Amino acid sequence: MARNVPAARKATIAGLAWLVGFIIFFPVLWMFLTSFKTELDAFASPPSFLFFDWTLENYSVVQERSDYFKYALNSIWLSVGSTALGLLIAVPAAWAMAFSPTKRTRGTLLWMLSTKMMPPVGVLIPIYLIFRDLGLLDTRSGLIMVLFLMNLPIIVWMLYTYFKEIPVDILEAARMDGATLAKEIVYVLAPMAVPGIASTVLLNVILCWNEAFWTLNLTTSDAAPLTAFIASYSSPEGLFWAKLSAASTMAIAPIIILGWFSQKQLVRGLTFGAVK
Amino acid sequence: MATQQTKTLARFMAAPSIVLLFLWMIVPLGMTVYFSLLRYNLLSPGEESFTGFSNYQYFLTDPAFFEALTNTLVLVGSVLVITVVFGVLFALLLDQPFFGQGVVRLMVIAPFFIMPTVSALVWKNLLMHPVSGLFAYIAKVFGLQPVDWFADIPLLSIILLVSWQWLPFATLILLTAVGSLDGEQKEAAEMDGAGPFSLFFYIILPHLARAITVVILIETIFLLSIFAEIFVTTGGGPGLETTNIAFLVYAQALLQFDVGGASAGGIVAVILANIVAIFLVRMVGKNLDA
Amino acid sequence: MGRIVLEKVTKSFGDVKVIPNIDLLVEDGEFVVFVGPSGCGKSTLLRLIAGLEDTSGGAIRIDGQDVANEPPAKRGLSMVFQSYALYPHMSVRNNVAFGLKMAGETKEVIKQKVDHAASILNLTDYLDRRPGQLSGGQRQRVAIGRAIVREPKAFLFDEPLSNLDAALRVQMRLEITQLHQSLKTTMIYVTHDQVEAMTMADKIVVLNAGNIEQFGSPLDLYNKPANLFVAGFIGSPKMNFVIGPEAEKQNAATIGIRPEHVSILTTEPTDADGPAWPASVGIAEHLGSDTFLYMTVDGIGSMTVRASGEVALKHGDRIWLVPDLTRLHRFDADGLALDR
Repeated sequence: MARNVPAARKATIAGLAWLVGFIIFFPVLWMFLTSFKTELDAFASPPSFLFFDWTLENYSVVQERSDYFKYALNSIWLSVGSTALGLLIAVPAAWAMAFSPTKRTRGTLLWMLSTKMMPPVGVLIPIYLIFRDLGLLDTRSGLIMVLFLMNLPIIVWMLYTYFKEIPVDILEAARMDGATLAKEIVYVLAPMAVPGIASTVLLNVILCWNEAFWTLNLTTSDAAPLTAFIASYSSPEGLFWAKLSAASTMAIAPIIILGWFSQKQLVRGLTFGAVK
Repeated sequence: MATQQTKTLARFMAAPSIVLLFLWMIVPLGMTVYFSLLRYNLLSPGEESFTGFSNYQYFLTDPAFFEALTNTLVLVGSVLVITVVFGVLFALLLDQPFFGQGVVRLMVIAPFFIMPTVSALVWKNLLMHPVSGLFAYIAKVFGLQPVDWFADIPLLSIILLVSWQWLPFATLILLTAVGSLDGEQKEAAEMDGAGPFSLFFYIILPHLARAITVVILIETIFLLSIFAEIFVTTGGGPGLETTNIAFLVYAQALLQFDVGGASAGGIVAVILANIVAIFLVRMVGKNLDA
Repeated sequence: MGRIVLEKVTKSFGDVKVIPNIDLLVEDGEFVVFVGPSGCGKSTLLRLIAGLEDTSGGAIRIDGQDVANEPPAKRGLSMVFQSYALYPHMSVRNNVAFGLKMAGETKEVIKQKVDHAASILNLTDYLDRRPGQLSGGQRQRVAIGRAIVREPKAFLFDEPLSNLDAALRVQMRLEITQLHQSLKTTMIYVTHDQVEAMTMADKIVVLNAGNIEQFGSPLDLYNKPANLFVAGFIGSPKMNFVIGPEAEKQNAATIGIRPEHVSILTTEPTDADGPAWPASVGIAEHLGSDTFLYMTVDGIGSMTVRASGEVALKHGDRIWLVPDLTRLHRFDADGLALDR
């Protein structure tokens, strides 16, 4: 609107919005600040907001005493491995459904959607027992498989919606230009699909990194990612808030940054295209 | 586009994902159904016996089940109300142009990307701790008694925590939907003499109805399975006050080792989720045809 | 080279028979336009010739060889799409070169041919830009360049001017016609705009619901329409149709007279003038070069009259309309022309 909004109204809106943003973001900010305090300062009441002795000791301690990087590596393995596997299986499927739809395509897509809606608790026991008997408990590969299957519907769906947006006549033009199927895919389809694939990768990495059901139940130490590592702080010994904050800040930082860049993808992926 | 070759090729390309998801659905779920009909306890393996529907009978008549069911419904319902109401309000607020709009948006979105275990522990310790938590400090500043959140009002505490996590999701979805409202429609309404409240109720809200429905359906699916937050803060307690169906099944399976009973509970959870799923699938299906 | 024959071609989508039966001969070097209302099957027919859709029956012969089972790449045809369908991630040069690259030509040959096509179409300055940086008209030319460079047996155009503004459309129409004159390659051109059809075509195929209503040169269709449909489709403003007593006087179920073949009498007509219809002016459109009069004719109904130059008439004026009997068209009860 190019009309003149009265300055008072503009200021009220800005003030209100900033207040809301600040309140919602505050726990994150508070955690971030706490990570730089000593344990005594962290637990002190009344708490200090900015004026305390800033220290980096928590960050070094977290790595020394509890091998933070091992858990981070597991999180990375999990996210990357499950996403790579997901792409491998989902890209051909989404391609087929977007460019060669049959009467069954719609039904298949909706069925895949419905598999995502099954509560994990419904299959916890069999998966746990199968993993136990196959020696897959507390292994990265087992966990990668489970997360891959849980997120496969979302990956297929997202890729499908992106592929559908590629104009068919550009592919037909390639065909008229003499391209075989393989060349059509390599020279035309793939380059145009790359942004959509990247968005899907982004969202899936975030979902795997934050997954907190299977990672808590199927791992103990070897394959435990950051979610489980942080969970271990729920019943610790002695003062731990500052260390918890440091560990948490490190655990969430990469994902918050990725998340800030993936808002649009989130809307598309988690609403299965129902909201545009 | 479809020649015969492409059609056959397409079938092969879709096959792996369909087969894998099919197995993922059938095999474990089938096993859960099978287990739910047995008397099977992990502490006494090899003594399984077929027991028909008695697990279901037991599970559904167990007072623990009713408490868990009530907790689940209260938890899901409250979070839905909070996130949708505030989601709409914040979406409308953030849609307005103002200085630093992008930054505020990022601040509001952030909680959704934080792993549940971190959110839960930050709230439990740094904010809600009755002695040194920030809320306790604020209470003291106003001369009030600090609340022992997770001991006295555990379910409400969890509700607040989960609402904080999911509010960004609702806000983001609704903000996207608000942004798609045609500016000219609003101008036409203004020409017709609509004030801000009429504008909201007659133009904006109906436009958002679809997005709100999607938010409700998707959140319900995920909220029914809340686990980590409970696991890490209260462990279901005190007593059963914060146990939802998901946690109850987990507790029975992995803490009490009652595979049979827990499987029955798992199937109950699946049925509940399926009821919601039917509506969501129908909605998305309509959108596919559009 | 470029002689295309359609023999008993049919096309069904599921149970719907979109094209019941088409027989058509396009001679080498002809500019043939497929024209008709939306949904008449003209684009479908073009896509069948291109190979982007499979026929449900019949043969498509290019230079004698039936290509109905060949993929598009093997038919030796080029197509210009309505949306241009340029590859967004490639430069103009690579867009134009793509077909040659697929055919396995050497880099030198490709460069030479691309540069040549670019000079014909005034694209030389844009060769390194991406489609996203070009205007609509420039993108059009790139699409045409991509088609030319492969030296096909025939060009297929699918409503290429629809997305351009009016002024650009006129210019591109001329350019495409000039291209045809210099290349002398067969061109099949689909449009819903009968002005494009009339101005560009050697022969026009008028399609309606998958059937060919008439196939002939533009002036054939204008002067001797075979039925009511063609008579009403070709010519702008539309031909006036009259039924009832006036038509019976001419021994026909319907008579048709084009707006430009009706004269105006402002004074009482004499017998020497022939049949004269009293009428009132509804709306008068003054363009300076022409005047269009939308009349209500006593006992007949609405009629459109086109007069040359300026005519000082306005709403409510009463005049007489005199049709040129030598340009009168007569149709029988089935809609077929009587003077064939």
